[in-house]
Amino acid sequence: MQFGIFTVGDVTPDPTTGRAPTEHERIKATVAIARKAEEVGLDVFATGEHHNPPFAAPANPTVLLAHIAAQTERLVLSTATTLITTNDPVRIAEDYAYLQHLADGRVDLMMGRGNTGPVYPWFGKDIREGLDLAIENYALLHRLWREDVVSWEGKHRTPLQGFTSTPRPLDGVAPFVWHGSIRSPQIAEQAAYYGDGFFHNNIFWPITHTKQMVALYRRRFEHYGHGAADQAIVGLGGQVFMRKSSQEAKREFRPYFDNAPVYGHGPSMEDFTEQTPLTVGSPQEVIDRYATMREHVGDYQRQLFLMDHAGLPLKTVLEQLDLLGEEVVPVLRKELAVGRPAHVPEAPTHAARVAAAGGPSDSTVYAPADDVTGASPEVAR
Amino acid sequence: MTARSVVAVSAGLSQPSSTRLLSDRLVAAAIDDLQLGGDSVTVRVVELRDLAHQITDTMLTGFAPAELREALDAVAGADALVAVTPVFSASYSGLFKSFFDVLEAKALAGTPVLLGATAGTERHSLVLDHALRPLFAYLGALVVPTAVFAASSDWGTASSDSLGARIERAAGELANLLRAVPRRAPADPFDDFVPFDQLQP
Repeated sequence: MQFGIFTVGDVTPDPTTGRAPTEHERIKATVAIARKAEEVGLDVFATGEHHNPPFAAPANPTVLLAHIAAQTERLVLSTATTLITTNDPVRIAEDYAYLQHLADGRVDLMMGRGNTGPVYPWFGKDIREGLDLAIENYALLHRLWREDVVSWEGKHRTPLQGFTSTPRPLDGVAPFVWHGSIRSPQIAEQAAYYGDGFFHNNIFWPITHTKQMVALYRRRFEHYGHGAADQAIVGLGGQVFMRKSSQEAKREFRPYFDNAPVYGHGPSMEDFTEQTPLTVGSPQEVIDRYATMREHVGDYQRQLFLMDHAGLPLKTVLEQLDLLGEEVVPVLRKELAVGRPAHVPEAPTHAARVAAAGGPSDSTVYAPADDVTGASPEVAR
Repeated sequence: MTARSVVAVSAGLSQPSSTRLLSDRLVAAAIDDLQLGGDSVTVRVVELRDLAHQITDTMLTGFAPAELREALDAVAGADALVAVTPVFSASYSGLFKSFFDVLEAKALAGTPVLLGATAGTERHSLVLDHALRPLFAYLGALVVPTAVFAASSDWGTASSDSLGARIERAAGELANLLRAVPRRAPADPFDDFVPFDQLQP
C-alpha cells in the first residue's frame, strides 16, 4: 500500500489574509512540499497539469517531476492528472519515458480528460470529442511504449509511418498507468480493458459513488482476464486537515473550507465532511475515517491526499505533512495490512514490473548509419 | 391490479401553500381515477421548500445530499409525475427550475406528467403553455393535454368550468396515459456501461 499526496497547484488567496501567492512562490512551495513528502516517509507525490489561472501546476508535469526527481531518493513521482485528451500522445510517450530514465524508474502517471472546456481549443481539440480523444490517444500511447516501430492511423492526429518514440522506456518496461475519473464509467471500463490502474479522486463526491465506479472497474478487470476482481489496482484520493484537537482543526480550516474553489460557499463544512471523505479533526479521526475506505472499495493499492489547496500557507501545509507522515500513515499502514489477503497485489513499482517482465532489458533503438538522410529508424537488434 | 407510483413535486413556499393544495387535489383525483380502474397507487410528495438548501448545494458541489438524492430517485422512478409551481416573474419559480436542473437529463423521458401552476391572478395562466410545457418537452416527458392553473379567484368560485372540473379532466388524462404507456426501466449507468470495443472511434 502506497501513501502520498497530490496537488492541483491552485493559486488561491489565503482567505484569512486576502493575499494570494505569486506564481513563483506557489511553484517553489510545490517543490518544498514534494521534498517534505519524502522527508516524512510518504511514498508518492503527484502533480496536476494545468494551462490556465488560477493554477500554477505545470503544463507538462515532467518538467516539475524531473526537478523533484533530482532532489529526492525514494519518492514515486506521478501525475493527477496528465491530460490524455489535449496532449499529443507522441509527446507523452517521449517525455515520460525520458523522465523514467532521469528518475531511475520512480515514475508512473494518471490519465485524465480535464474538466475545462475552453482548454481543448487551445490545443486544437474539441471537448465534445473528449472521450473519443481519451480512447484513441491512449491506445496510441500504449503502443508507442511497447512497440519499437509504430505505424498508425487515427482520427485525431496525423498518421505515423514507421515511427519510433524515443527514448525507449527504462529497462524495456513502460511506466505504470492509472486512469482517473470522477464520474465516467467509460474510463473505468478503459482502465479495466488494459489492466491498468483506476484512480478515483474521491474528494468531491460521496464514497457511495466512488464505490460504484470502483466496483464496475473491478468487475470489468476480471472480465478482461487480468486477474480476479480483488486483484485490480485501485487508488483513491482523499482530503484532510488536522490539528491535535478536533476543535482546533475545525476552527483553523473553516475559512479555507468556506472559500475553497469547487465547493466553497456551498454546503457547510459539517455537511460536506459527513457527505464526502473530507476529514477535519485530530490525526486519530483521520486514521479512523481512512481505515474504513477499503470497506467500500476493497483492499486497494494507493491512497493520495490533497493537502495544499484553498490558499493554505506553505508553513501550514508542511505542518500537515508532518502530522500525516508521522502520526497518520504509519498507523494506517499497519491497520490496512491486517486482513489483507495475500493475493491482493501491492502497488505497482518499476522494480516489481521489471521483475515481472523477466528482468531488465535495454530497449535502445539505434538508428541506421545513414540517418542524416532521414531514413526511417529500424530496430537495431 | 397494477401497482402505480405517483410522485408530486410542489414548489410552493408558504405554509399553507396554494401550490401544495393544487398538487394534493391533482394527486387525489389521479388516485381516484386509477383506483376505479383497479390499480393500486403509492404516492410520494416532494416539497421543494424542504430541499432548497440541498438543491443549491448540489449545483455547487455536483452531487446530491442524501435527502435530495432520495427525492430525485423517486421522481426518476415514478410511473407518473404531478409538477406544480407558483408563478414568479412571468415563469415557474427558480426553485422549481433548479430542481429539474439537478435532475439527471433523461430521468423523465417517457414519464407521463401533469402540470399545474398557481398565481394571484389568471392573467398568468399561459405560463403553463409558454414556460412549463417547453421545459418538460426538453426533458422528454409525456405531458397530458390539460394543465391546471389555479388563480386566487379559483379557490372561491363555482362555475361550469370550475377548478374541480379541470382537475378531474386533467387527472383523468394522466390516468389514461399512465395505463397506456409501457413501464420504464430506470437507467443505471453502472449496469448499462458501454463495453470497450464500442468505445473506440
